Amino acid sequence: MALAFMEGNEAIARGAVAAGCNFFAGYPITPATTIFNNMLKMLPPAGGVCIQGEDEIASMGYCIGASMAGKKPLTATSGPGISLYSEHISFAIGSEIPLVIADVQRLGPSTGSATRGADADIQFLRWGNTGGAPVIVLAPRDVRDCYELTVHAFNFAERFRCPVFVASNKEIGMTKESFDMDGVCLPPLVERTPHPGGNFLPFAADPDKAPAFLPIGGDTLVRQTSSTHGADGFITIDPDTIAAAQDRLHNKILAFEEEICLYEENLIPGSDTLVISYGITSRAVADAAAALAADGKSVSTLCLKTLWPVPETLIQKAAKGVSRVVVIEMNLGQYVNEIRRILPGKTVDFYGQMNGVLIPPAKIMEAIEND
Amino acid sequence: MTSFLNQNRPPVFCPGCTHERITKSLDNTLVSLDLDPARTAIVTDIGCSGLFDTFFNVHALHGVHGRALTYAAGLKLADPSLTVIVTMGDGGLGIGGAHVLAACRKNLDLTLIILNNFNFGMTGGQFSATTPADAMVGSEFLNQAEIPIDICKVAKAAGATYVSRYSGHDPELSAEFGRAITHKGFSLVETLGMCTGRYTKRNPLTPKAIDEMIDAQPKEKGLVKENLRPEYGDRYQALAKEKASFPKPLIIETSYDLPDPKRQEVVILGSAGMRIVTAGDIVCYAGICAGLNATIKNDYNITVLRGQSVSEILLSPDKIGYTGLESPAVVLALSDEGVARRQKIFANLSLDTLVLKEKSVAIPKTQACVEEVDFKALKVKRPDWALASLGILAKKNLILNQGMLEKALKARFNKTVFGMAMETLAKVA
Repeated sequence: MALAFMEGNEAIARGAVAAGCNFFAGYPITPATTIFNNMLKMLPPAGGVCIQGEDEIASMGYCIGASMAGKKPLTATSGPGISLYSEHISFAIGSEIPLVIADVQRLGPSTGSATRGADADIQFLRWGNTGGAPVIVLAPRDVRDCYELTVHAFNFAERFRCPVFVASNKEIGMTKESFDMDGVCLPPLVERTPHPGGNFLPFAADPDKAPAFLPIGGDTLVRQTSSTHGADGFITIDPDTIAAAQDRLHNKILAFEEEICLYEENLIPGSDTLVISYGITSRAVADAAAALAADGKSVSTLCLKTLWPVPETLIQKAAKGVSRVVVIEMNLGQYVNEIRRILPGKTVDFYGQMNGVLIPPAKIMEAIEND
Repeated sequence: MTSFLNQNRPPVFCPGCTHERITKSLDNTLVSLDLDPARTAIVTDIGCSGLFDTFFNVHALHGVHGRALTYAAGLKLADPSLTVIVTMGDGGLGIGGAHVLAACRKNLDLTLIILNNFNFGMTGGQFSATTPADAMVGSEFLNQAEIPIDICKVAKAAGATYVSRYSGHDPELSAEFGRAITHKGFSLVETLGMCTGRYTKRNPLTPKAIDEMIDAQPKEKGLVKENLRPEYGDRYQALAKEKASFPKPLIIETSYDLPDPKRQEVVILGSAGMRIVTAGDIVCYAGICAGLNATIKNDYNITVLRGQSVSEILLSPDKIGYTGLESPAVVLALSDEGVARRQKIFANLSLDTLVLKEKSVAIPKTQACVEEVDFKALKVKRPDWALASLGILAKKNLILNQGMLEKALKARFNKTVFGMAMETLAKVA
């Protein structure tokens, strides 16, 4: 028997390499820097390219260029860097450029605390773009998840041609943890669909699908643009064309909510309370639930690993039999708004904390028992 | 090929706009260089210069204002065989200044054509980074309080290997684009031109006046001898090639079985330079060697050579959920700074917590069992106090035992350091 011992950031880097990532550009920022450090050690021997951008905006720009040349890029930052990524996140969403962004979250607002954790960016990741089209956000709960979810993130980015976020947290990214690497369960790799040949229009696609891909630099000329475009990649002002393209950006992700949905649940028959959480907090929730169960007060738990698109079907199903839902977050209430939105009429209580330290199981037990 | 111009999308510039001449000059260049359209990309950003990607039958990437160089660099790094040409206005130059400097410093094989027409044409003729202070522009008086940038001078200072300045009306321009594109490295060609839709309506700028402006400035005719050096992509590849070994994950064999494993927490309170993080690692290695799960998080100052260094370690036979401290079994109090960082924990320590305190360290009131050790008297140097403390714990069979500690040290250190660590441990044996 042997155990691996690494921090979440290293696991993200290893997951990326396992997923076929061959390009990284990033800018140092605590607590995400060690992803960059690890990629710089791993990509050159693996034949990939790893670059330190002159700033966060450039780092995303490098990734966009590399992705359009057919590479599978990763970048990594924290909240203040996501602010700077924003214009290029919008570009990648609107122009369907696959890439993976690791956000090792820290306490905000603004520069906040570089070395204090929080799940501070959960709504920011969803809405920090112009136009409001959906994104995919995955939230690891431990080091093993960092490894596995990063592979899923690349698969989703390639399949849906969109940026995919791995919403980690300082408390996972910079915490070293032992785990059994043999137990890691990786999905088969997915690559973006190449155009089959014949007439190529860079943005021609079925109404709920991503377009087929050809790289810049291949035999067929490719057009890519950040501007509102038709199937040919040229600017358009035709309302019908625009509407169809906007709908497709939504549908290509939202229609596959259930396929994107990753989670762990422990539903206890007869329990009238469901505790919903994600990320590092879900581990304290599991501890709290175990302590309550030992006291004969079992509660059901649902740990969401896909936060966006909101796994509405899953949440509604899990909440069906319970009279009360408790949402625990390492912020002052971000995702709970989604839970309340999709569970109208259900009692949804919330406990959150934004003080730079983890929510202890005792606080969670209190929140669960205080109905 | 006789022309790279897209016949379906002819240039749409205002009558008299220099951009149209530059479009034709660039087309002549692509033809005369006999470039393969499938191996050529034009990258643009926002503004009238950002229309260029639509005119040519080559690969095209049009993006956000001022960022064209970043996409171009991504393309070129991903596919070094591509010819990548960037067009950018004086607007993009201003907002994307950091990327221009980075491109000059890197010397990646890209060609940047700056279409300087002294103002923001698309948004109403506002002043840009290159607008003369005496020009009449759409930003009222604001340009009068600034001076324009000389991008050629800046580029040379930033390490560009090829810099030139031409009138957009110069018949030599096409040949100049050719020289810039074939230059192996970053090349910057600043073209000066007229924005007839905005700028020349209020400013007496003519091709002749542009020639005079160019003559009045230092000549910028291409290769910058003092900056010549290998191209970035080649340099990167050569350096990266030396990094041939892929770092394997750290795997620790779990060979040791504990008779009565339980969840235990250890806090090490010290300072920079005391190898606190290393000691924390060793506790984890020891636990993992004995088949336990381990987590560790460290808290140290951003100025890493000063201030506190705190390590929090959890060992457990079960999967570790919450990674915060609940009830430490051991607190190693090795410096006042470290203690100050976690002083709140002392009031809540339980009766059976062991606080191992160095003689020189003061701790807050606590009901825990406090033991003092005088490392100075034991002739243990400060950087070894944390390690020596682990020796004391091992002697007590608390958290770890001698066998676990030795296995951990062997796994963590090379032979020399292992030997030195064993010497330190002997001092507290």
